[in-house]
Amino acid sequence: MPSKEEIFSKVQEALVDALGVEDDEVTAGATLQGDLDAESIDFLDIVFRLEKSFDIKIERGELFPEDILADANYVDNGEVNTKGIAKLRERMPFADLTNFEANPKVQNLGKQLTVGDMVSFVEHKLSA
Amino acid sequence: MVIVALVIPLEGVPLRWFWIDRFTEFVAGSHAVGNKGIALSDSFMHDHWGVYPIMPHSLMAEGMAQTGGLLVSELYQFKELVVLAKFSKLAFHGVTRGGDSLTYRAEIDNLSDVGAAVKVSGHAGDELRTEGEIFFARLSSGDDAQPREPSMPTRLFNPMDLSHWLHMTGVFDVGVHEDGSRMRAVDYGLPTELAAS
Repeated sequence: MPSKEEIFSKVQEALVDALGVEDDEVTAGATLQGDLDAESIDFLDIVFRLEKSFDIKIERGELFPEDILADANYVDNGEVNTKGIAKLRERMPFADLTNFEANPKVQNLGKQLTVGDMVSFVEHKLSA
Repeated sequence: MVIVALVIPLEGVPLRWFWIDRFTEFVAGSHAVGNKGIALSDSFMHDHWGVYPIMPHSLMAEGMAQTGGLLVSELYQFKELVVLAKFSKLAFHGVTRGGDSLTYRAEIDNLSDVGAAVKVSGHAGDELRTEGEIFFARLSSGDDAQPREPSMPTRLFNPMDLSHWLHMTGVFDVGVHEDGSRMRAVDYGLPTELAAS
């Protein structure tokens, strides 16, 4: 199992290549959509690079569970409900959802995903 | 994005968005080499600067996309919905003028369930004119090749148009599988009796 620093370094390389950003922009606290301007199509590319770089298989919806956000059982008036939050916590043990829970609008989830979350995601995958 | 133009042709309308004249190599699952001759009489040459006609870079990108796109589409038997998602890298060098012949080479770089990445270059003679990396997203999969979203079309091309395109550009003249056996239209379920268009 690679160290956290090694994982960060490879995640950083994947994001630099996928998003055309500079190394020093890819900090642990940088948000993918807000700070690094990732668009939805970039997430496919990022997943693709992480799979290659770490020799792992990432299922669709595993990094970003869009199926929960589109499920009427888990969303009320554009906000993820208590059941949905519990489901997200179950599916995203790698992500810090504290900020999202304070304002659980569906569109906020993607905005809050950080580089640090990506590193935790890979750690989670490698330890599974 | 560039590939969108390929979706526009309607059933029965001839597809003439050709940015490769002829393939000279096509090794399924590995690489493809295609040529595009540039003529001063091509109207698009005169769109940038009237006094200095050059091949627009956007159309060179289209040639790269078509070379890589067909190579990737073959991975999925030309049946699945595979679209150009993005150029992850793209650079141009020098200018390409009438009388040049561009040779595009695409190589499969990475392949997974979500799509494929290809590295593509374009040379005029020995001179590197363009290089890039393209990511193609696979939007349908499985035996029935159904799209992942109900709103998506099931295919990009009418099979007759696609077969025309592959025949006219010589894919079935030079195309081989990695074991050296010939690629044949019938193996992909494509029409072999081509209608006039």
